[in-house]
Amino acid sequence: MHPNLSFEQAPPISVPYRFFVTAPWFGVAAGLLLAWGGENALISRWAPSALAATHLLVAGFMLQAMCGALLQFVPVAAGGNVWRARQVALFVHPLLAAGAACLATAFLTAKSGFFIAAAATFATAITGYAGIVGLALQRTPGKGPTLMALRIAVTGLAITVGLGVTLATSLGTGAGLPVLEITQVHAAWGLGGWALVLLMGVSYYVVPMFQLTPPYPARLARSLPLALIAVLVLWSAQLGGTGAGWQQGVLLAGVALAGVYAVTTLVLQHRRRRKVADPTLYFFRGAMVLLVAVAVSSLWFGLDADLGGDRRAAIWIGLLAIPGVFVSAISGMLYKIVPFLNWLHLQSLGGPGQMPPNMREMISERAMMGHMWLHFSAVATLLASVIFPVLTRPGGLLFAAACAWLGVNLAGGVRAYLRFRKRMTAAATA
Amino acid sequence: MNPTQPLQQHHKHCDDLFAAAEALAQAGDWPACASTSTQFCDEIEAHFATEEQVLFPAFAAATGMSGGPVAVMRMEHAQMRDLMAQMKAAVKARDRNGYGGAADTLLILMQQHNMKEENILYPMCDNSLGASSLDIGGALNERLEGQCQTKT
Repeated sequence: MHPNLSFEQAPPISVPYRFFVTAPWFGVAAGLLLAWGGENALISRWAPSALAATHLLVAGFMLQAMCGALLQFVPVAAGGNVWRARQVALFVHPLLAAGAACLATAFLTAKSGFFIAAAATFATAITGYAGIVGLALQRTPGKGPTLMALRIAVTGLAITVGLGVTLATSLGTGAGLPVLEITQVHAAWGLGGWALVLLMGVSYYVVPMFQLTPPYPARLARSLPLALIAVLVLWSAQLGGTGAGWQQGVLLAGVALAGVYAVTTLVLQHRRRRKVADPTLYFFRGAMVLLVAVAVSSLWFGLDADLGGDRRAAIWIGLLAIPGVFVSAISGMLYKIVPFLNWLHLQSLGGPGQMPPNMREMISERAMMGHMWLHFSAVATLLASVIFPVLTRPGGLLFAAACAWLGVNLAGGVRAYLRFRKRMTAAATA
Repeated sequence: MNPTQPLQQHHKHCDDLFAAAEALAQAGDWPACASTSTQFCDEIEAHFATEEQVLFPAFAAATGMSGGPVAVMRMEHAQMRDLMAQMKAAVKARDRNGYGGAADTLLILMQQHNMKEENILYPMCDNSLGASSLDIGGALNERLEGQCQTKT
């Protein structure tokens, strides 16, 4: 049988859920850190609090959520058989959590031991994870642009972490490496080669499915991740020393590709046949609008040297991309994945005619919409804090509160699963 | 034309009916929702019947495979029938949230199911049945007309 056809290929529900319920709390920590640092927290992208908050979000929130989702997505959408998914999750999940906590502590305290510990933890976790998931993606008989994007994304993850481990080791041991250039390349692979390519691959699959939109144009869907990788390879040339003008052109090509993906997604969503909107659609649309803003802002900064040279330009782009694009898109996806996985696993427990409650009984729509408004208010406040630094503290608090609400909603989803499972098991044995 | 092409086209038609019925439920237009939901469920039932009574047996006869992918598809048909029953009950009770929840669930299940059929099972069927004179389009129309006659 083709692996794609059977639900049996899906991992146990605990595999993705342990990642999902942990992820939001790193967002809470990042928000609280910004609130604690106040006006100085985001004074520069190199400020310890900015680096710590960034990594709480990318290596804490985003990495947890994306690694968990991929363990579910690879078998179901790409037909890949992940070897011992339960054990992989049990091994990788605590290491990722410990690694993100160590790394944030390292930036805040500048203690070399924490940098070394974070490097060792991420190196161990991601070598295992990318190796096993990469093998599953390599072996699957499936094909198509989603699978291609997933393969590229996992490669991007391995490169990002490889560079990150090099940086952390360098900071921990004081080795004289070109930290600035490595950081630029590390950040580009992390946000572009891993996170954005993964988002593209997942979008190709779920955007038409959730909203009955036309499919992404096939040629565009195949070319975007490949073109992005070409850009990242050129961008990586700066490790060997490249002229600034050249680099600028490569960066602009990369953000233009991101813009094309975002605009295409918005156009497809506009042409959707399903008229009913839900929190997932709003979150995803918000993420795409913010990705267009990343592209427009980057182009603007590229054309206006004064503005582009301002230290706040990088903060603006980082806030748009990380809490803006990726945290929004992930939140929207989780609000669809968790209720559906609850239903899917529960229905496999029930006997004939014993149907589980539907998706809307897993997480209340009102709670999801409430979280959405709080989340976008937090993102808007944080963006405004780039111009009015006094808003950093309220922005951080709002963001922490929004992430906590996400955490509570997801935990509520898991509790609903356990409650209904107990009820169905009792009914089956009665 | 491949034998399964009418079924692929019918998926899109059913999607449109689904979207229309869901929007009517959301708007609280229950009489129109009842009519569109009934049409949607009837068309899906005719689609399932064509597959279960015509396509799957022909595929099993040609390949000797009666379990495997076909068994998975039959199981998913049963899950979707249960969800359609929930939608019908919600229309009767004028329960907007109940309808929306069942529809949300059905949509994901149905789209994944269609993708599996269109990307895997139908190509397998077309390969093994290509030279036969199986008229899937005719069988589907017969069942769709059957549904209409039952109602009138």
